[in-house]
Amino acid sequence: MGEFSKESCPSVKNILLLDSEGKRVAVKYFSDDWPNNSSKLTFEKSIFTKTLKTNARSEAEITLFDGYIVVYKFVHDLHFFVTAGDDENELIIANVLQGFADSVGLLLRGDVEKRTALENLDLILLCIDEIIDGGIILETDANTIAGKVATNAADGSVPFSEQTISQALATAREHFARSLLK
Amino acid sequence: MAQPLVVKKDDDCDEEEYYSPFLGIEKGAVLQEARVFHDPQLDARRCCQVITKLLYLLNQGDTFTKVEATEVFFATTKLFQSKDAGLRRMVYLMIKELSPSADEVIIVTSSLMKDMNSKTDMYRANAIRVLCRIIDSTLLTQIERYLKQAIVDKNPVVASAALVSGIYLLQTSPEIVKRWSNEVQEAVQSRAALVQFHALALLHQIRQNDRLAVSKLVTSLTRGSVRSPLAQCLLIRYTSQVIRESGMNTQGGDRPFFDFLESCLRNKAEMVILEAARAITDLNGVTSRELTPAITVLQLFLSSSKPVLRFAAVRTLNKVASTHPLAVTNCNIDMESLISDQNRSIATLAITTLLKTGNESSVDRLMKQMTNFMSDIADEFKIVVVEAIRSLCLKFPLKYRSLMNFLSNILREEGGFDYKKAIVDSIIILIRDIPDAKESGLFHLCEFIEDCEFTYLSTQILHFLGNEGPKTSDPSKYIRYIYNRVILENATVRASAVSTLAKFGALVDALKPRIFVLLRRCLFDGDDEVRDRATLYIKLLDGEATVGETDKDVTEFLFGSLDVPLVNLETSLWNYEPSEVPFDISSVPKETKSQPLAEKKATGKKSAGPAAVNGPVPTVDASYEKLLSSIPEFASFGKPFKSSAPVELTEAETEYSVNVVKHIYDGHVVLQYNCTNTIPEQLLEEVVVFVDASEAEEFSEVASKPLRSLPYDSPGQTFVAFEKPEGVLATGKFSNILKFIVKEVDSSTGEADDDGVEDEYQLEDFEIISADYMLKVGVSNFRNAWESMDLESERVDEYGLGVRESLGEAVSAVISILGMQPCEGTDVVQNNSRSHTCLLSGVFIGNVKVLVRLSFGISGPKEVAMKLAVRSDDPEVSDRIHEIVANG
Repeated sequence: MGEFSKESCPSVKNILLLDSEGKRVAVKYFSDDWPNNSSKLTFEKSIFTKTLKTNARSEAEITLFDGYIVVYKFVHDLHFFVTAGDDENELIIANVLQGFADSVGLLLRGDVEKRTALENLDLILLCIDEIIDGGIILETDANTIAGKVATNAADGSVPFSEQTISQALATAREHFARSLLK
Repeated sequence: MAQPLVVKKDDDCDEEEYYSPFLGIEKGAVLQEARVFHDPQLDARRCCQVITKLLYLLNQGDTFTKVEATEVFFATTKLFQSKDAGLRRMVYLMIKELSPSADEVIIVTSSLMKDMNSKTDMYRANAIRVLCRIIDSTLLTQIERYLKQAIVDKNPVVASAALVSGIYLLQTSPEIVKRWSNEVQEAVQSRAALVQFHALALLHQIRQNDRLAVSKLVTSLTRGSVRSPLAQCLLIRYTSQVIRESGMNTQGGDRPFFDFLESCLRNKAEMVILEAARAITDLNGVTSRELTPAITVLQLFLSSSKPVLRFAAVRTLNKVASTHPLAVTNCNIDMESLISDQNRSIATLAITTLLKTGNESSVDRLMKQMTNFMSDIADEFKIVVVEAIRSLCLKFPLKYRSLMNFLSNILREEGGFDYKKAIVDSIIILIRDIPDAKESGLFHLCEFIEDCEFTYLSTQILHFLGNEGPKTSDPSKYIRYIYNRVILENATVRASAVSTLAKFGALVDALKPRIFVLLRRCLFDGDDEVRDRATLYIKLLDGEATVGETDKDVTEFLFGSLDVPLVNLETSLWNYEPSEVPFDISSVPKETKSQPLAEKKATGKKSAGPAAVNGPVPTVDASYEKLLSSIPEFASFGKPFKSSAPVELTEAETEYSVNVVKHIYDGHVVLQYNCTNTIPEQLLEEVVVFVDASEAEEFSEVASKPLRSLPYDSPGQTFVAFEKPEGVLATGKFSNILKFIVKEVDSSTGEADDDGVEDEYQLEDFEIISADYMLKVGVSNFRNAWESMDLESERVDEYGLGVRESLGEAVSAVISILGMQPCEGTDVVQNNSRSHTCLLSGVFIGNVKVLVRLSFGISGPKEVAMKLAVRSDDPEVSDRIHEIVANG
């Protein structure tokens, strides 16, 4: 696992997507700071508890935690986090978070909820893979990220960014129905 | 984002039977399902679902065994047969997640290499990323050609994939990646924002060890047009690195590249503005003129609607406030409104900034705002605030009343140990430094121990109370609080309280009879230590015991601090064998030695045997002493005053490795050469060091003790002793030649030849310097120690140290010339500070205690001046210290 000094390149230590109880939906770590699953779970639990009572819905929030900068945002029952070293440029990290949350929004067609996220976990995992590679920022523009993931999703339909809300709702319902039939 | 769906709202009722696609998922079952990967007719959709399930398991923290992972990996490789793009993408993800071993990698390389040359850009980009994560350098040479092409690919996604992989590969195969310089340089000029960013990052990493190349890179790019905000942030970082390394070589003139940094403050992207502002505030020795534009943009950020922006700005300003408080005062109004910020991190940073920049008149108002604030922040933030208040109080001693009140209020509230300790420490420091605050501070501490759950803090306060309480106007009022401890607390606190009572008894005659009554009651305590202390103190104060011949001895016994390091005392006690001779505390070495970690391991092994009774590791000193006293030639020299750390006289990994330890006596110096023979085929005999002391005139050789034989890999010592005039600070240079007889050793039998050849080996020179006559001995409270020394012995003078690299460098240079122990962490110089005070303590040869106070100042062009004040037990020694510095 590569780690890079601040001198060379801004880097992200982890990306977390947790539900409203602090349980994992999808997480990805890019740093050896957390060597095993239990240290990761401890980190997730404490950052979740610490931020739970804050209002990070309209604007992304930020906190200094345990020597890290954590930028976070909540949408419905989903909690998005991006962690970096404490000497990192906060706005770069906030930019990553924004890209993450918005691209998930596009990929889930506006239906940003734990249920939908789990049903489309493949898209979420691909999305994280397109944002960060080994700690280095790959892309932060939500439309580009969603576009890259979607071309792979083989739907071949209209690009997400160009969909209207009603179309998005229709597709969302279709997704929902399909999962019931499974 | 879009509004929540109305349909969904209705579903809220059946939240309990919440449906998750992964409900009841089980590893074994999923691994079974993975068999579909082997189907001749692949169902892409189904395979995707199975991979997602596998990834879900891994993501939840499940692990595969080696066998399971291998099986899954092989099954996954079959999926390359499918043409489905979505499935392929999941396959890539799965392979990365499994991180296959080298022999497994070979199976997928051909498939991935095919994808790398595919017409689909998305395949190419992803195949590159996967492949570079899993291959080793031999395979890398095979695909190097494709990667170089990919770097300059017209599709930005492909180029970025190759560049990011390059950054990753540079760590494992630097020599290969360095060959891509030309392509990377071309990519820096790319129009695509992220390609530019990744290319710049890689180019810098390739060149990072070549200062000139980095400087050239920065020079060319700061003139040109790096457009992407991320790339611009990188460029700012590299620029400040170049500025830092170039130092202030353009004397007095403008700083190179400062214009570039300043222009970035006007950038469109906020992240670039922040990066530039931070770079400027971090500049070495930044001037207020340089700071102003950066502070201005940060001030604008303070009132932003985005919390992240406010946080970034207040955090930067907080840091600036520590070194340039005046530069930040303009922001105080914006800062005050942030105290009520919803985000507590921001509020805390705002408060502490204000405490750093505030003026005397604003203190009361701030304190009022803080009282509400303290109740709803976490302990870690509270500690930060307490520390800020402490420094504020030291800055404005007149305001001690409101600050002390604040501290006592928060001391009464709930809080953990670290928080309470921070408050108690602060109060103690304030009492020490602000005489007026003493009585109220002591009173607050007394109140606190009436209801304190932390034994450590109670004993600390009792000890402090014993030292300070008797000197107040009405010492009797503290007795109640102290005696309450004897009645109510645990044994540790009780014992501590007994000592405190005794201190009052010794210093305040009027209280003595009453203290006796209280101490006598302690004789019936249930704890041994408490009873022992009470007995000892009663005898002592009565004048019966042998320790207390006079009143002065009693006070000395009660208040004097232990002048030997505890570790050394412990070691000496372990080594002491019960005999007619009582243990002599003056035989304990006074030098503070850090224990090498390796030695700890060694005792761990030994402890099984009878050696365990030896207990902790003997300090290096003790072992030297044993060694030296076993040599009759040196017996007449007395006890060694100091033994230096070993000085290497050979390069690492040469045939013979030799280092020297200098043992300093009052009238002699013994040089101990530790030799190791690293050649298995040789046996050395009659090993001796020939020392040429022609450049050390005051030394004359008196004895030499050769080493009979030095077999392979078993270290041995040879000694040379010199006489030197007593009471003279003799210094000089010694050159050394190792002389010996070499005998060949038969490697099969291990026997040495009978005939040997004389040979010699040139060793490096070393010097005996004035620091060798100084022991590093710390004092626990410098201020007290300083004041207790005779003012007559003080010698003060000023010195110019010329142009130095930095203040910190000058400070450590002076410390190493004197060879003294820095006290209270004053050897560390804050970044960017213009002046520094350093406190040193030590014992000079002849057992003369020496304290030194150094005040440093640095001027613009790095000219350092120093004021040196010395106090010591012997005024002559004070002069001697000045001579050392003057000649150093």
